[in-house]
Amino acid sequence: MSKRLFVKGNEAAAMGAIEAGCRYYFGYPITPQSDIPEYLSRELPKLNGEFIQAESEVAAINMLLGASACGVRAMTSSSSPGISLKQEGISYMAGAELPGVIINISRSGPGLGGIDASQSDYFQSVKGGGHGGYRIAVLAPNSVQEMYDLTMHAFDLADQYRTPVMVLGDSVIGQMKEALVPNPRPNRELPAKGWAVRGKSGGEQRIVKSLFLGDGELEAHNWRLHAKYKQMMDVECLSEEFETADAKLLVTAYGSVARIAHTAVAMAREEGLKVGLFRPITLCPFPEKALKAAGERAGRILDIELNTGQMVEDVRLAVGSNVEVSFYGRPPGAGSLPSPEELLDQIRKHYA
Amino acid sequence: MRHDVLIAGFGGQGVLLAGNVLSYAALDEGKNVSYFPAYGVEKRGGTANCTVVIADGAVGSPVVGSPSVLVALNQGSLDRLGAKIRPGGICILNSSLVDAATLGRSDVKVVSVPMNEIATDLGDPRMVNMVALGAYAELTGAVSLEALAEALKAALPERNHRFIPANAKAMETGAQCARVE
Repeated sequence: MSKRLFVKGNEAAAMGAIEAGCRYYFGYPITPQSDIPEYLSRELPKLNGEFIQAESEVAAINMLLGASACGVRAMTSSSSPGISLKQEGISYMAGAELPGVIINISRSGPGLGGIDASQSDYFQSVKGGGHGGYRIAVLAPNSVQEMYDLTMHAFDLADQYRTPVMVLGDSVIGQMKEALVPNPRPNRELPAKGWAVRGKSGGEQRIVKSLFLGDGELEAHNWRLHAKYKQMMDVECLSEEFETADAKLLVTAYGSVARIAHTAVAMAREEGLKVGLFRPITLCPFPEKALKAAGERAGRILDIELNTGQMVEDVRLAVGSNVEVSFYGRPPGAGSLPSPEELLDQIRKHYA
Repeated sequence: MRHDVLIAGFGGQGVLLAGNVLSYAALDEGKNVSYFPAYGVEKRGGTANCTVVIADGAVGSPVVGSPSVLVALNQGSLDRLGAKIRPGGICILNSSLVDAATLGRSDVKVVSVPMNEIATDLGDPRMVNMVALGAYAELTGAVSLEALAEALKAALPERNHRFIPANAKAMETGAQCARVE
């Protein structure tokens, strides 16, 4: 086993980016994700990379667009209000089929809100976010180790499907420290970047753009983007199950609150309640097949989120009307983080 | 084996460093650890706390509703968090700044350590956090004093390593004081 490091989730994401070969970062500081630019501002120059603190979030996402168009691995990160500002650029990247990784260590809203742990950006992340009807892959780590591993995975998905990919966390996952085993980058075979603009050098002209004005051109482009999304649905869904085989009640939760729910489920098991946990790791593509199977086995689902109910809509769509789906949420704010005991109470209530 | 502790005080008392040192010590002893900080937007004077979970197996939730141990370095922390301690748990309080009578619970063990006085006697009042850690290790056995002292190397930047002997001494004194209590 390689040495265990003790680092923050944010630092782990930055380390994962470097291991994945990312050498270009553009960002603007905002709590609770500033450890990411802090780490990269120190480490990227040592690797002949480039760290730029942009004048704004809008500038940073467009720098990412530019770097990505040149075919290099690049990243930006921010937190909810900053991610809102980046949405126009993300839409342009999706339209121009540009890979790139965006980390959102989200905070509570709406508006300026607060800095507390939150899952209020689920809709914005998985349903497109910007204008124009597109989807990007969204990964939801629940540990420091996954912040590292899934950031590396995000770069592979981005290059494989030529799409922006988001890693969605919050202050629990970003600020907490745990042991990290810095695994080497996975060895995934990826398509060559024959589209990248690196200077014509007598070759064919390449154009990276999201503007399609020809008759039928844009419609065909939209269907092509949709086909990529369908393909991701088929082969890229990730989820984790805990004690689901004989569960009579299935808890669904992702990210930080899934950690709390995991302990609550373990406590329920100690009381003899047959409860299991289903944790989507990819929020988009949403692991609907695996959830449908687990949900139908249990017959009843309790969805838990740090908001007033967002992923629960995808849970309902996945399992259909034969499975009863209830919801328990704690909208974000100081003092709103539920304890395992509080979630255990909800499990007891919905188990009966 | 599973230990969880909530360490709380005001910003500047070294609550987060204490949590870090404890975590490094447990990690060094081969345990799984989560360290979860929570603090206000103020750099100094606001409230600060951190939750550390130490386990042989999976840590599970880094968020703990009813910690088995509360280390309260100031009165506000005891007022706000005293009710959360698990029945049968331990409250380690800094009696230099905290009035033990205000806890008003008979179902937890209260250990009073005059941390500011001890730290000041040892040469620097800023070592209250290390006194607290020593008391915690003594009362719970979650980590050894040796591992705690060793962890200072990992938790502190090298330029501050010259302070390690004094800090290790503060840990020992905190442990002695808790033993007598």
